[in-house]
Amino acid sequence: MEEPMDRVHENMLDGNAAAGILDEIFGGEMTASPTECEHCGREGELGSLLTFTQAPGLVLRCPACSEVMLRVVQTPDYTYLDVRGAVYLRLARR
Amino acid sequence: MKRLLEWQIAAVKSIREETYRTKTLTLSLPSWTAHRPGQHYDVRLTAPDGYQAQRSYSIASEPERTGEIDLTVEQLSDGEVSSYLHDVLVPGDRIEVRGPIGGYFVWEASLGGPLLLVAGGSGVVPLMSMVRHRRAAGATVATHLLYSSRTPEDVIYADELHELQAAGDGLRVIQTFTRAQPPNWTGYARRIDAAMLSEVAAPLGRKAQAFICGPTLLVEAAADGLVEAGLAPERIKTERFGPSGGTA
Repeated sequence: MEEPMDRVHENMLDGNAAAGILDEIFGGEMTASPTECEHCGREGELGSLLTFTQAPGLVLRCPACSEVMLRVVQTPDYTYLDVRGAVYLRLARR
Repeated sequence: MKRLLEWQIAAVKSIREETYRTKTLTLSLPSWTAHRPGQHYDVRLTAPDGYQAQRSYSIASEPERTGEIDLTVEQLSDGEVSSYLHDVLVPGDRIEVRGPIGGYFVWEASLGGPLLLVAGGSGVVPLMSMVRHRRAAGATVATHLLYSSRTPEDVIYADELHELQAAGDGLRVIQTFTRAQPPNWTGYARRIDAAMLSEVAAPLGRKAQAFICGPTLLVEAAADGLVEAGLAPERIKTERFGPSGGTA
């Protein structure tokens, strides 16, 4: 599974790239919302996470420790969301 | 301001060639919402067999222009969506879009400054929306735009940037050309590095808000350089352009 770091690097985007799918899931803009990394405790906006789209889903990693915080996989009928790496997500009440 | 992010059918009002690799599509939107400069739209294409391809493109226009948006699209050699938008789409066509999307990489005049904008190639697009909005809103916040291009032919919005700077309202455009420079060029002629960033950022002070947009490696170099120049990491926002083009 080891990929040269340069390749990994080139394919890396920001949380902005996940803005559409997160909006779709949570029903509102999420990238300016704070979250906390379960691994290292870094706090920051979802937009500041590293995003990898070249996978069978979407993977968001912590920019400080690079551990996985969020994973999203979509099938034609369902969205699977794995947020084990995030202590919390903040959603606006409506 | 609750609003569901829904797909809508936009009409292509006009197409303008910006450079040999970039075109600006002006889209009329039946359900237009004012965007925040820096936001993007998703574009979705559907083939007759149902196959769909979706990409994100930054909005280039200012939100003061109502009812329509400009998306500036760079043609990528292997880009299935950008190739369609470049080679097939004509005015009068309709395409599926949804937006505006994003809330992290955005700047509005009300957020103040000083503002440091760093662009690599077509990374200038969302920053252009900020600069156009700054002008339309009558803001005079000190703004430096550092824009890296390979050659003079690659510069998007060249004439307009020149005019905006000439207005003398506090916008400075600093260019660097990495492969070929204009005749008698005395400005920067190398990739963005820490020394260049510190020269460009210094007059703005440490309270500057920085927005960096471009290919991943340029974004990394610029973000590291700005931290080295003394800017706090939380004042630096980035948008990396991925291998699939646009912002996603």
